[in-house]
Amino acid sequence: MSSGTPPPIVGGLFRVDSDGLTLLGGRSQSSGLTHFPLQPVCPYTGADDVEPIDLPRTGELWQCTEVRAAPPGYSGPVPYGLGVVELDDGLRVVGRVKADSPAELAGGTPMTVVAETVTDAHGNDCTVWAFAEVAP
Amino acid sequence: MTADVAVAGIGLHPFGRFEGTSAHAMGATALHDAMNDASIARGDFQAAFCATAYGGVASGHRVLGALGLTGVPIVDVEAGCASGGAALSLAAGAIAAGQYDTVLVVGIEKMGSGMIRSSFFEPWMEAAGLSAGPAYFALRARRLMDEHGLGAGHLAELVVKNRSAGVHNPDAMFNTVVTADEVLTSKMVCDPLRLLMLCAPNEGAAAVVLRRADLAGPGTPRLLAAELRSHLPGSVLDESTPLAGIDDTGITPPSTLAAQDAWESAGVGPDDLDLVECQDTDAARELLVWHELGLCDRGEQARILAEGTFGPGGRLPVNQSGGLLSKGEPLGASGLGQVVELALQLRGEGGHRQVKGARVGLAHTIGRGANASVTILGTAVAAG
Repeated sequence: MSSGTPPPIVGGLFRVDSDGLTLLGGRSQSSGLTHFPLQPVCPYTGADDVEPIDLPRTGELWQCTEVRAAPPGYSGPVPYGLGVVELDDGLRVVGRVKADSPAELAGGTPMTVVAETVTDAHGNDCTVWAFAEVAP
Repeated sequence: MTADVAVAGIGLHPFGRFEGTSAHAMGATALHDAMNDASIARGDFQAAFCATAYGGVASGHRVLGALGLTGVPIVDVEAGCASGGAALSLAAGAIAAGQYDTVLVVGIEKMGSGMIRSSFFEPWMEAAGLSAGPAYFALRARRLMDEHGLGAGHLAELVVKNRSAGVHNPDAMFNTVVTADEVLTSKMVCDPLRLLMLCAPNEGAAAVVLRRADLAGPGTPRLLAAELRSHLPGSVLDESTPLAGIDDTGITPPSTLAAQDAWESAGVGPDDLDLVECQDTDAARELLVWHELGLCDRGEQARILAEGTFGPGGRLPVNQSGGLLSKGEPLGASGLGQVVELALQLRGEGGHRQVKGARVGLAHTIGRGANASVTILGTAVAAG
């Protein structure tokens, strides 16, 4: 983990190193399909032939909205973006979206995985994955 | 399979906010009314199922205990918004299989206002802002709008339709009409969903007495189907709310799966329906349900809204009760509340909201899990 990055909000879902944040998924050798988070068997086919993989760090925005009110258990700032990004391997992943006006972001916008800091239930800073526009 | 099961009695505690009244007390009220309606008492039934998501340990025991009815098997059933449909399905299956001849089914809930807090989401997901239910509804609404050619104005028209029906339902939480302009200027919650486009989690109870048809009165509605299905894997915007998925067009949604099972069990199809009560958690949800249940083709929703086909007085009134947008949604009670509405309509007791000549009705819920239920009721004549 690079210095200055708060600890992950939950273990096993992503890694943070000098390259930034990488989501940890799985790929079934028989179905060829990827999934997230890593599961013991392929969640689509049940095949028992999953290998851990690093998921692509880039993709395109599919759907996005802006959350205007804090959901229960969330103490971070509002509004914030929440959306689905289709990664380069076709896997669609849910995550926070860092943008000034997330609801205005067009589908197909090139996105990349980034680290974002949120506060956990104990008031400690933690790292979670998010998506941001690829710098033009 | 269930053609020989009758809805022998119905009871409802109004949906709304009732400070000082427990969910279990509301359930006892609804169940007492349903048993009186069916003319049954202690000793006349062999089991009870209680639908609830938030009622807590032994909810069914607390409801039946309040009425001095314990001693029989009592089982709580949780399947998110489909809890009531799931409990009904279990009760109907037990009667059809010959295990019991009379079963009580009661649904209860007491929820606060605002976004629902659900143990479905782990604490870290809440802290990360990933537990905002309306945000997932909004993402699905955007997909629907993209794929079915709909705009925010259509979402508002759907709300206007259901709220105008709810005016005639004294058991609903909201009994006033709204205009499209009021909907479109209400507070934005998660773009494109505004406050008036979302149903209110609230409080209430509903109960149904199921009996073998030969033990029920001659005019009692028949339960033609009570189906429950869960989601197939792979869809990212399903109510299973996964963190990732691979496809949102090629995977049959649970509502469609349950409907297909129901058509087969009941021996009827969409063209045979006289009314529908369906899940309108948010305005877009109902518009998507029309397609998922096979009530319309992709992209037909705008025309149906414009022509009033599924509105009060239309060819197929959908959510004649006002829907969840008028009634609010007490999770465990909502599905059975729909069944109570269908039974009232089929008995010709719908009052100012009676659908003329109603013979076959369908109730549908879809919720967390994801679970979908589809229930079909028919008059004894329609059941043949």
